[in-house]
Amino acid sequence: MTGTKNILNANVSRRAALQGGAGVLAGALAPGELILSARAADNPALGTYPEGSSGPSVFVGISVPRTGTYAAAGEDLIKGYQLAIEHLNDGSELMQKISPNIKKGVLGKEVKYGIADSEAKPNTAVQNFGKFVSDNKAIMVTGSVSSAEAVANNKTADREKVIYLPGISGSNDTTGKDCARYSFRECFYGQTAAKALAPQLISTIGKNKKVAYLTPDYTYGHTVQKSMEEYLKDGGWTTATDQVSPLGTTDFSSYLLNVANSGADVVVNINFGRDAVLSVKQAKQFGILEKMTLAVPYNTPFLAKEVGADTMQGVLAATDYWWTLEEKFPLAKMFNDAFRAKYKSVPEWSANLAYMQIAMWADAIERAKSFYPPDVIKAYEAGAKVQSTVGEVYFRGADHQLVRPVVIERGKKPADMKGPDDYYEIVEVVPGAGLMQAPDAFGCKMGGYT
Amino acid sequence: MLSWPNFLAQTFNGLVLGALLALLSSGLTIIYGTLGVLNLAHGAMFMVGGYAGVVAYQYTGSYLVAVAAGAGFVLLLGIAMEQIVIRHFYDRPDEDQILVTFGLGIVYVEVVRFLFGSLSQSMPPPSWAAGITSLGFMIYPTYRLAVVGIVALALLVLYLVLYRSRLGMIVRAGIEDSVMVDSLGINIMRVFMVVFGIGSMAAGFAGIVNVPIAPITPDIGESILVEAFVVVVIGGVGSFPGAILGGLIAGEILSLTSMIDPSYSQVMLFAVMTLVLMLRPHGLLGSQGRA
Repeated sequence: MTGTKNILNANVSRRAALQGGAGVLAGALAPGELILSARAADNPALGTYPEGSSGPSVFVGISVPRTGTYAAAGEDLIKGYQLAIEHLNDGSELMQKISPNIKKGVLGKEVKYGIADSEAKPNTAVQNFGKFVSDNKAIMVTGSVSSAEAVANNKTADREKVIYLPGISGSNDTTGKDCARYSFRECFYGQTAAKALAPQLISTIGKNKKVAYLTPDYTYGHTVQKSMEEYLKDGGWTTATDQVSPLGTTDFSSYLLNVANSGADVVVNINFGRDAVLSVKQAKQFGILEKMTLAVPYNTPFLAKEVGADTMQGVLAATDYWWTLEEKFPLAKMFNDAFRAKYKSVPEWSANLAYMQIAMWADAIERAKSFYPPDVIKAYEAGAKVQSTVGEVYFRGADHQLVRPVVIERGKKPADMKGPDDYYEIVEVVPGAGLMQAPDAFGCKMGGYT
Repeated sequence: MLSWPNFLAQTFNGLVLGALLALLSSGLTIIYGTLGVLNLAHGAMFMVGGYAGVVAYQYTGSYLVAVAAGAGFVLLLGIAMEQIVIRHFYDRPDEDQILVTFGLGIVYVEVVRFLFGSLSQSMPPPSWAAGITSLGFMIYPTYRLAVVGIVALALLVLYLVLYRSRLGMIVRAGIEDSVMVDSLGINIMRVFMVVFGIGSMAAGFAGIVNVPIAPITPDIGESILVEAFVVVVIGGVGSFPGAILGGLIAGEILSLTSMIDPSYSQVMLFAVMTLVLMLRPHGLLGSQGRA
């Protein structure tokens, strides 16, 4: 019952337009612009190039779910994108700490953006992509909370020859069998999360346990379930039951009764977004969490806030980022401070991911010194290291996966919380390089550049 | 998970699931049966009832006040909606009615999203129904058991109003021949307003009663509306007893299928609906034309 919204960030005053116009005239006379024009002439038209980057500004399309099961994470992603684009256009200190290559805007051009609701549906996400390309000549499209939409837009990106940066997407397929030349992912594989979390679970809970899985019925759910199963085998853990539920389930009672009757010791909940909130709350109602230990391989933003610290205490989870990492990483502190100043709350990992994707994209363009998509892709593929909010990271050329650490966190007891948002303690920040699977582990075969 | 204890547990759970679906669907079917309006905003009204109740709970901390506020607010919303919009659509084609109620549903969802954001809102069960009850063959959340009683009571009240009261008599007479009822000096339009209000209230009531089970978000009504339609189709469009029977059948299908393969429970629901439509096009308890 929801419609697609396309809110352009186009509140441009007449004064700003005149200033922009003057800027174009001045820019046309500047030597840098002449070089760029010459470069544009060297490269054939491709996707939205050179049309999308010939004016004083460039356009970025943000397609995230603002309605449905994944809306809360979608809204947090938007906050991260907006902060990043603001910082990019201002040439903020944080952006330059991430990469000294980043200046103001990208190659001197202001970044503008539009937001569309993807409803976490692949069809809608692909339509949004198409509209951003045809109506706005977007030079990059970003965003997803479901891997189904990320995978669909990977294909769209290759077809449209426009760079796509998935938002949240934990499926092994996103940079595995559905990888794309035009797509670069910040999140780790579900398999990487499983590899980091499983040893923690085995050492904390013990060997030879029986597991009940709560699995959402699409690419992310199935791949993460298989990954967890594989790594938990090392501790002699076996699967008691796998309860697969459709995305957007509101009543988990029948699944939970199956879990309650399965004889499992541990519940591994792979559900995400509102599905995660509802399934955890209802598991608590059914008394399951008193008998079985809960574990979360891919923690959903705001889970602890919504289900309460009381329920999440002691729960081990893998995640991308948690705000208390600011004690360890100076850039995390800078990012959190900027986020707090703008939104009066702490960021979730979705906002951090969105911010980093924009920063790393700007870094790649500055290194490419060109908007020509194959040049930008090659700059990404060169694997240059950037400083992130969780330490040094880089993109792998072979599958366009960011090599980054996995954060293992544990829910704090309500009595141990130092503030209302202090839900987790950081157990371990597992470095990405030794953890991440090989680029060909999930069947990635890249398409061409042109 | 095929085992006797699980079978008993799932059968029982199907009953509980079905009870809520029955209540929600009864509102939908009363409005359609009486006014001939397919109210696609019914799911949104389920959601509005939940939010109105949660707000009342936040101010008072009382479950009973929350339920009264949720149901009462949606009753008033329903009456206002009927007075301002719906009554102008009684004589217009079905497509117009569908579009206007669909549109109103979007408006309700977006207004709630604007006011409350996308994070879920919840409310604990009342203290007398908190915790878990052991039924011997299974343990079950006490509140879900209480919901069966609450819903049964609500359905009984609805039944008495519709079948055992003067209002109910006028409503049923109005369905048969509204001109005749009008010429007897009864204001049939006022009766229609009341019926729309009561039907909406059933959605609002179900909405707030469901909050302690499943926290609400602005679009929670979407998927539930689809299930309510399936219930109405299985039970017979416009039939009040049909909605109850359909609700219970749907609850059992969802619960029992999940025991064999959870990923097929929704598929089975639609498969059974298709089967019913093939064998009894007017639903199990429906009759030709409006009930």
